[in-house]
Amino acid sequence: MAHFANVHTSQQAHNSQLTKMTKQQDDIQFDYKYGFSMPDKPVFKAKKGLDADIVKQISAIKGEPKWMTAFRLKSYEVFLEKKMPSWGGDLSKIRFEDIYYYLRSTEKQVNSWDDLPAEIKETYDRIGVPEAEKSFLAGVSAQYESEVVYESVNKALSKQGVIFCDMDTALRDHPEIVKQYFGTLIPPHDNKFAALNSAVWSGGSFVYVPKGVKVTLPLQAYFRINSERFGQFERTLIIAEEGSDVHYIEGCTAPIYTSDSLHAAVVEIFVKKNAHVRYTTVQNWSKNVYNLVTKRTHCAEGAFMEWVDCNIGSQLTMKYPSVYLHGERARGEVLSIAFAGRDQVQDAGAKMLHFAPNTSSRIVSKSISKEGGRTSYRGLVQVSPGAKNSSVFVSCDALILDEDSRSDTYPYMKIKEDDIEIQHEATVEKLGDEKLFYLMSRGLSKADAESALVLGFMEPVTKEIPLEYSIELNRLIRLEMEGSVG
Amino acid sequence: MLNLKNLKVSIEEKEILKGIDFEFEKGKTYAVMGPNGSGKSTLAYSIMGHPAYKVHEDSKIEYNGAGLTEMEPDERAREGIFLSFQTPLSLSGVKVFQLLQLALNGKKDPLKIREEAKKYAKELGISEELLNRPLNEGASGGERKKMEVLQAAVLEKDLLIFDEVDTGVDVDSLKSISKFLTKYKKDKTYIVITHYNRILHHLKPDYVLVMVSGRLVKVGGPELAKTIEDEGYKTIK
Repeated sequence: MAHFANVHTSQQAHNSQLTKMTKQQDDIQFDYKYGFSMPDKPVFKAKKGLDADIVKQISAIKGEPKWMTAFRLKSYEVFLEKKMPSWGGDLSKIRFEDIYYYLRSTEKQVNSWDDLPAEIKETYDRIGVPEAEKSFLAGVSAQYESEVVYESVNKALSKQGVIFCDMDTALRDHPEIVKQYFGTLIPPHDNKFAALNSAVWSGGSFVYVPKGVKVTLPLQAYFRINSERFGQFERTLIIAEEGSDVHYIEGCTAPIYTSDSLHAAVVEIFVKKNAHVRYTTVQNWSKNVYNLVTKRTHCAEGAFMEWVDCNIGSQLTMKYPSVYLHGERARGEVLSIAFAGRDQVQDAGAKMLHFAPNTSSRIVSKSISKEGGRTSYRGLVQVSPGAKNSSVFVSCDALILDEDSRSDTYPYMKIKEDDIEIQHEATVEKLGDEKLFYLMSRGLSKADAESALVLGFMEPVTKEIPLEYSIELNRLIRLEMEGSVG
Repeated sequence: MLNLKNLKVSIEEKEILKGIDFEFEKGKTYAVMGPNGSGKSTLAYSIMGHPAYKVHEDSKIEYNGAGLTEMEPDERAREGIFLSFQTPLSLSGVKVFQLLQLALNGKKDPLKIREEAKKYAKELGISEELLNRPLNEGASGGERKKMEVLQAAVLEKDLLIFDEVDTGVDVDSLKSISKFLTKYKKDKTYIVITHYNRILHHLKPDYVLVMVSGRLVKVGGPELAKTIEDEGYKTIK
């Protein structure tokens, strides 16, 4: 079966600016439980804005090897040259000169929560990280502003040779591994924000799983922005050697400010022969954060990569986790949920590139928009000549909750091989009066009925997430839904 | 218990019910019959409060003395009314247990809900597998009707309206539904909307109401259903 499709569909519900304006501006705060901020007490804060000196300063503070300083400076040049993406959301309001690019909140990293400054510890307590660590995680890393302030990994894992640390430590302690992989999958010139990250990166996780080691409990990284007009640029590198297995989870929150913050991460993952990596994101940034992230995986023969990507927060997210299927029988999956409420744009999707025979990919995307929120599914599936007997499955469903909201689908397919199998499904549905009436006739309040339908709609993806996170995700969605009715 | 006074109902400006006056008494079983388009389902929807069905401002629907017309469907449900849908929807990702739990919202222990649902499913011949699937996903017409009856039983309402619970149901299923409804009738009030006499052989009505063109044209005993079966609606005036 041959396919060459370049489809662009757009479903827009009537977009009423008027209703939007008459609604209160300040009520976004009532349902976002992580909107609090702590006193800003940096031990070091680079001056506002960005130039080559700040790039050098960041590198010098970290005591980096020369090659990394050079890499940063080159990336800064690329950043200056690169144009802003002209698609996706509105990026014109980002003022690069008004952002703080590096902010260090503690003198050193600790491995006991009690050793953290009180306000930072309180932050993580309120988010519930130490509790989660006790109950079901194999390792935890907590990044506050630019640096990872807390790190702890199960001792048994360390004995097996598993490395889980922040990227800065990795560069210091494992320079040979870092140098081999860093920036090879997502080079600085990939896009403007990857270039920016490459120039000013700080923190992020480094995960190395040796051959045959299966990490049964998840590793979790927690990213927190606390101060205003701040840019967080963590850099994550995961290497899963032959036959290994690991599940990495990241969570993100920030306080609510009237000014904008920027989060531009780069995540590179290498899944070796027959290894398996699952990367779960529960993104719940406050609604003043631009979330512009580049994530990519290289899959070798028989390797399996799963991205589980949940985007609830931020004012604008542009994120398309990718899998490059280079080895035969490699598999890639992206399961994603996007929720856009008032003044939010979630431009999310996936990229699957088939380079080898017998590879398979699966994209399942569920998006929900309400109160003028806007979601887009933007996906690319590319099958190169020779990637025979490959299979592609794309399913994107959008649920629109009211007349003000909108959902668009941009499913690009570039298929250059005949001998493959493709399935593509896309649906757009409005939260129907009939279903609401059915549930309400049973005695459910309107809010409960709407939540039940929205959670039901997301269920194919939420069931893939560890229980603790799906409960949290469902709670978040329910709060968002109550906001719409209340 | 349910009192309809000059009930006029329109959908998109078109008047479907043209003034119905009737009082339903507690504990009785009523059959509502009538040709297609006579307004039987409209009657059911307007009692439950479907937003698309506009009740005329001079009309009244009173339930145990309280006016229903201003109430939302969930408030009406809490007053004790249940509607079994003619074409029950399927709900992706929502299981019947979840639905019942949310509907009862703390009034019944979740474990008890599960126990009851399982017990009723067995009596109605609903497979355990179907019970654990999202509501009605991949279910046949007959299975959907049974699922409505199951919900009715767990929710324990006082006034139950069954909108064509017998259509699209095979003989054996019809038998098990009727048997079930008879067993759990107790002092509940049933309004059974139907085209056929079939179900009325099992579920003996106290009264048969005949609707034609949005009006209630005749009220009689069970024998009226037999007359309709033999002679159709033509002879009813």
